[in-house]
Amino acid sequence: MTTNLRIAFLPLNDVAVLAAARERGFAEEEGLALELLRTTSWATLRDRLVYGQVQAAHMLAPLAVAVTLGLSQQPAALAAPYKLGVNGNMLVMSRDFAAALDPDPASRITDPLATAHDFAAAIGLWRRKPVIGVVHRFSSHALMLRYWLASAGVDPDRDVVLRVLPPSLTVEALHAGEIDGFIAGEPWGSAAIDAGLAEAVAVGERIWRRGVEKVLAFRQNWMEENPDVADRLLRALARAAAWCDQPENHDALAHLLSDPRYVDQPADLILRGLTGRIVTQAGEAPIANPDFMLFSREATPFPWRSQALWIYSQLARWGMVEHSAENAAKAGDVFRPDVFRRALALSDVPMPGASMKLEGAVELPLAVGSRKGDLTLGPDRFFDGRVFDPERIEDYLAGFAQGR
Amino acid sequence: MRIVIIDDSGLRATVLEEGLREAGYDDIHIVPPRGAFVARLERMAPDVVLMDLGSPSRDTLEEMLTVSRALARPIAMFVDQSDEAMIGAAIDAGISAYVVDGLRKERVKPVLELAVRRFNAFARIQAELEEARTALSDRKVIDRAKSILMAQRALTEQEAYALLRSSAMNQGKKIVDVAQALITASDLLGGGI
Repeated sequence: MTTNLRIAFLPLNDVAVLAAARERGFAEEEGLALELLRTTSWATLRDRLVYGQVQAAHMLAPLAVAVTLGLSQQPAALAAPYKLGVNGNMLVMSRDFAAALDPDPASRITDPLATAHDFAAAIGLWRRKPVIGVVHRFSSHALMLRYWLASAGVDPDRDVVLRVLPPSLTVEALHAGEIDGFIAGEPWGSAAIDAGLAEAVAVGERIWRRGVEKVLAFRQNWMEENPDVADRLLRALARAAAWCDQPENHDALAHLLSDPRYVDQPADLILRGLTGRIVTQAGEAPIANPDFMLFSREATPFPWRSQALWIYSQLARWGMVEHSAENAAKAGDVFRPDVFRRALALSDVPMPGASMKLEGAVELPLAVGSRKGDLTLGPDRFFDGRVFDPERIEDYLAGFAQGR
Repeated sequence: MRIVIIDDSGLRATVLEEGLREAGYDDIHIVPPRGAFVARLERMAPDVVLMDLGSPSRDTLEEMLTVSRALARPIAMFVDQSDEAMIGAAIDAGISAYVVDGLRKERVKPVLELAVRRFNAFARIQAELEEARTALSDRKVIDRAKSILMAQRALTEQEAYALLRSSAMNQGKKIVDVAQALITASDLLGGGI
């Protein structure tokens, strides 16, 4: 018997795994008929999930944590048993602003520490506080941008204006001069570069090399009441993710995502984010970033509890939530490695032996303990070399300057 | 009670505003979600904000509601979280409503119910308009195909239509699709009509 599932998403490259699960038959093999519901704002995606109009959503990981902590409208316990991808974001700034940075965009991207300091200097040269678009207060991009700016002594709440706007409006807002740049998931950065409006300044993958991005989020009670459906969906997604990661499938995937029902942007723009061949300035040759966005390898979909806690640490750092042991536990519980293990126990997906790890401690590819299969973790360093120990959140928070 | 409607579609906002005025609400403002709309909204200090659920500007609005110092009382979506039927109806109709903290739910509920009815009515009108538009353009296509048949095969209008209809039935297609195919073929062959 086929089970119908409604899943809300926003038009972004990292809806790839859901789109492939539906369009390439992976969901059907598990007896699932996916109805993918395109929405234009994270608020609407959140409401549809929280009020039960969809069973699952392609959600910003920090938003899932924030809704659970009661920080974003109606509180609801959400559960994220599967990560839909890591990274895939880019910070682009108007050509005028970027003129004050290293003229070679390739070296900007490869040295985020130097670029952060150049950026701090450029703020002083700009005629007013630069306005930087972010897609949501509780987005991975906003947290990475804050982390990156703060490393160079820039207070993101004082020295710049962070303006919230949905990804699909970023290019228009840049064109209208309402913002001076933005950080968003692909293909929107590439679209702004192609339009000659902006240049690449930083890519998320160089800020946190294995940064958490979108998750598959359920309402926790729905997931507990429908374990079989949740498991089948995870199995379908795991196979779809393996398909999406294969370089030989990238053309087909870009074509699929370019469909008006999904991202509705030209396939060649979408392809850049999938392959990591990033054009940093209109007309320039692309620069290779092979780890720009991952779907499957290195156990990418595994929801490490320590990653939910890193997100929580940043919410506490910026005063969005008051740190307490109770809040930390609630945030950590949003990521559900137990459900991932249960659903994929019989699959060939490599399964990490632990559920928490130090975040940012892997410098070179590292073979780690796995219950089955070979598992190599890729480098996951933060660009400033800090390591997050999920058992010592207070120490980590104390390590940041400005008492943040 | 001050009600602000944030809407891009002038017609829908007007339909909603009229309904609210008829029901006796007179402090109503319409703000399109463009430019500095957030600053305008802050100055208005509304009690209730009604917004299209599909508007991409909802995240911008919510961010303002979070950081704004001008709004003394926090605004939450839906005043009565226990009324799930009402919330479901509002989301189905495509409405998001933000209400200031402390406003009694008995006062907000009629506004929401009215908004749901008006949004649904508007959606229905839109669908009917769309249908009428499609019907009109379909008729033009069929008329053109008929005249091609009449000219090239010396048929009467009725015979031309009957031929189109029987071809459509035989092929399991819509008449308009057969007519379109005929027009395309005729253009390619230089039919000249």
